[in-house]
Amino acid sequence: MALYFFTPFIAIILTILGGGIIFYILGFNPIEALKFYFITPISNLYGLSELLLKATPLCLIAIGLSFCFKSNNWNIGAEGQLTFGAIVGGGVALLFYNQEGFYILPLVILAGAIGGMIFALIPAVLKTYFNTNEILVSLMLVYVSKLLLDYLVVGPWSNPEGFNFPETRQFSDSSRMPLLFEGLRIHAGIFLALAAVMLSWFILYKTYLGFQIKVSGLSLKTAKYAGFKGKTMILVVFMISGACAGLAGVGEITGPIGQLHRMISPDYGFTAIIVAFLGRLNPFGIIFASLVVALTYLGAETAQIFLQIPKYTGQVFQGMILFFLLASDYLLFFKVKILNLKKNELRH
Amino acid sequence: MSLDISFIGILIGSIMASSVPLILAASGELITERSGVLNLGVEGMMIIGAISGFALMVITDNLFVAIVGSMLSGVIISLIFGFLTQSLLTNHVATGLALTIFGIGLSAMLGKNFVGIPGKEFPILFSSLRESIPFFGPILFGHSIVLYFAFALPFLTNYFLKKTKLGLVVRAVGDSPVSASNQGINVILVRYCCILYGGAMCGLAGAYLSLIYTPQWIENMTAGRGWIALALVVFATWSPIKVLIGALIFGGITILQLHMQAIGFRIPVQFLSALPYLMTIIVLVVISRDSRKIKLNTPTSLGRIFYKEK
Repeated sequence: MALYFFTPFIAIILTILGGGIIFYILGFNPIEALKFYFITPISNLYGLSELLLKATPLCLIAIGLSFCFKSNNWNIGAEGQLTFGAIVGGGVALLFYNQEGFYILPLVILAGAIGGMIFALIPAVLKTYFNTNEILVSLMLVYVSKLLLDYLVVGPWSNPEGFNFPETRQFSDSSRMPLLFEGLRIHAGIFLALAAVMLSWFILYKTYLGFQIKVSGLSLKTAKYAGFKGKTMILVVFMISGACAGLAGVGEITGPIGQLHRMISPDYGFTAIIVAFLGRLNPFGIIFASLVVALTYLGAETAQIFLQIPKYTGQVFQGMILFFLLASDYLLFFKVKILNLKKNELRH
Repeated sequence: MSLDISFIGILIGSIMASSVPLILAASGELITERSGVLNLGVEGMMIIGAISGFALMVITDNLFVAIVGSMLSGVIISLIFGFLTQSLLTNHVATGLALTIFGIGLSAMLGKNFVGIPGKEFPILFSSLRESIPFFGPILFGHSIVLYFAFALPFLTNYFLKKTKLGLVVRAVGDSPVSASNQGINVILVRYCCILYGGAMCGLAGAYLSLIYTPQWIENMTAGRGWIALALVVFATWSPIKVLIGALIFGGITILQLHMQAIGFRIPVQFLSALPYLMTIIVLVVISRDSRKIKLNTPTSLGRIFYKEK
């Protein structure tokens, strides 16, 4: 069990080593490049705020995904649920673009969560009633949602005073997440993420639903034998997951962005899958993992400025983390095998 | 009228050209999936193929080396996926996603010094026939050799799967790895080969983009074609010939939206672009509803980890 939570650290260390080797091959001083990547970005207050800002959506989405993954439902379309949540939430915010009022932000947030939830219900309903593969459906819907967003910001929702830029009007101040500190971009959305962590811990470890989810993940046959309502559970975990992704989307547009445009998310929905795995689908593990993965985003931006390397390099690190994590799981597998062998020997 | 007909000929020719990367990548992925392995890394393998092909072309000034090199790079990157999923028994979905994310990042890193370099003209075959025959000229002639290969590939794949012993082995491994293993087939080895073959085809598909279709290197230039190729395999219900038809439909939609944009047609282009994804979902629903149909069409062990007790 200890090894189970220890291997993510092995994966992170191997990733840093691997990154150093890649930097060396590309002709950079690896120590210096890694310093720009992992230390410079968080060596001041602004950097720390940016780290939390990027970790917030990752953490929210990964918490939602943990419900799906724990119960063996492969929702990999969180990016689509994020986008659709942002569209619905953003639509509400645009309705109130010239109004102020304390009730607007809660409405916008609620709309975002519902939007994500509805979008996640599509693969869930198709899976439960038509037996379709949720991996493929949720993945296809990512592109559908991104094209819908593209259509809206270019067409009907584009800012009438915006000189045909592909963006909507700015949201009113009442639709914006309150900032926590003057001059920093970190906003109240972080409390949504923390609330999600607490709530998910409670649901997963203290309720009957959580028990059902875990049993279904371990063995579908056992779950069936125990008489769990499989269909309802699939719908519920997808709804939770979609709502979290929708919240993340609405947090981005009401937080740092303040309007809708084409690029509302640098693939947070996909990266959150890495976060969920790195955090071992454990609510508190996910907090830690979201900070680590957020740092790869920040580091990539810093490295782009100081070393002139494309910011896509963040994805090299993200991919490597998941590779090494999955690979180190083999150690666990191996250990289980050895233990089983010993047990058998004892029996003989 | 003759002008219209020759225009339609050119249009069909351009639809064929735009469907080539989809055919190549989807045919490769089809073999991989037929062996029971779901590799979501198509986009990543394609983009690695695109940059390695282009980089090798710039460095060696030899297009043959570039094409072969892009396929090799696809093989190498898919070897990561193969090693993890087959030898270390990792989850196919997560590993494939990691491969795509990693590939996009690595390609941008490797391609840093190749942005803005103009490509080299790729030789086309029968260019004189293209001009001299109306309508059929632009359809049948004046294409690169890769296009002719791509259009032959689905038929070769179909023959391989249905008529050869090795094809039967691949299908057996995908449909029932346990019985295949009991028959003495090395399931892991077969799956390794299918993964590497898929990697080679995806690498070639990427190189087609960076060397022939739009001869230059642009970051993230595959632009989601890998995901469309994945959708295409499902859309085609794992049948090679239907991959060809599907690729022409999906490629046609891409070309159509360019022309509709030009004419100022009323349907928003985004709706056309979304069609391949929506059509794939509909096909999935239709084939999945009936458990017999799903058994007939889908490789039964797709995406499941196979582990042989020793």
